[in-house]
Amino acid sequence: MNLAVFAAGIGAALAVIGAGLGIGKLAASAMEAIGRQPEASGDVRTTMIIAAALIEGVTLFALVICFILAGK
Amino acid sequence: MTLLTELIYNSADTLAQTGSGKEDNWIIHHIIDHDLFKFAPIQIGSFSLDLSITNKVFMLIIAAVLLIIILSLAARSNRKNRIPKGFGNFVEMIMVFLRDDVVIPSMGKAGERYLPFFFTLFFFILTCNLLGLIPFLQTPTGSISITAGLAIITFVMIQALGMKNNGVFGYWKGLLPPGMPILVIPVMVIVEFLGLLTKPFALCIRLFANMTAGHIVVLALIGLIFTLGYGATPVSIAFALFIDLLEILISLLQAYIFTILSALFIGMAVHQEH
Repeated sequence: MNLAVFAAGIGAALAVIGAGLGIGKLAASAMEAIGRQPEASGDVRTTMIIAAALIEGVTLFALVICFILAGK
Repeated sequence: MTLLTELIYNSADTLAQTGSGKEDNWIIHHIIDHDLFKFAPIQIGSFSLDLSITNKVFMLIIAAVLLIIILSLAARSNRKNRIPKGFGNFVEMIMVFLRDDVVIPSMGKAGERYLPFFFTLFFFILTCNLLGLIPFLQTPTGSISITAGLAIITFVMIQALGMKNNGVFGYWKGLLPPGMPILVIPVMVIVEFLGLLTKPFALCIRLFANMTAGHIVVLALIGLIFTLGYGATPVSIAFALFIDLLEILISLLQAYIFTILSALFIGMAVHQEH
């Protein structure tokens, strides 16, 4: 009954839920923007990838803490 | 087909035999540093510095040597042909992309003076990330000490270039946005100082966690072979291969993100009017 490992699992799950929602909304807006103005698709695609990497960076903060917890 | 399955079963067997002593943390064992040549720690007062060469530091040296060889070959080929062709053309394409779409939009035309720093950052992080995908080699940027070193270099560059362009005092004064009510100023000072520190910290953790998480996922998927029995081998290896291909994309992306965020932060420090 190792509470640290339990907490690590729950923490990782919550972090992934947050990332999934955030990047999902981002992708939806990007699709809509490309649909409205196909000429801007290059700019939209670059900005989308940068924003996705930033959101994932925040998620991986939480994941690193979960790794530390799981090792205890 | 049978030769392939024989190969897979044999490698799984050897992995199981070598890993049986450390079943609990063989994943962590493949991720962390191991000393190759151990030197005694150097004592400076109460601060001990351990400079032994670990496998990741060895990979750093290999990455540096590889970069020197490859990029000087590209430079020599570009110097010989006025119109670049072949490998020199490829390297020049990457450099022109970095100059026109990463550095100049973030830092303005004056950013061209600092292009060598960004080129070094991008190519070094890219090589370090890609080295980790070759079997039996390690990812240098998968170690938080190395990414922390890169982030500290970026932090020093941000402060140094900000102070150089705005004056030593003017830079720190310029951190506060103009026209704030008096009561808000202490809060803004704390927020701006913390912002200065968290931005490179985020760079460090983002790069480290992206690289390490990818390798942990691949190792965990291969470890499924041991938990679910040898029948899970084809599915497990297919998934691990897919994640490995995704890893290539993530290596490129993380090198690009580190570079563009460094350029953005240095641009924000140099042109403080925004």
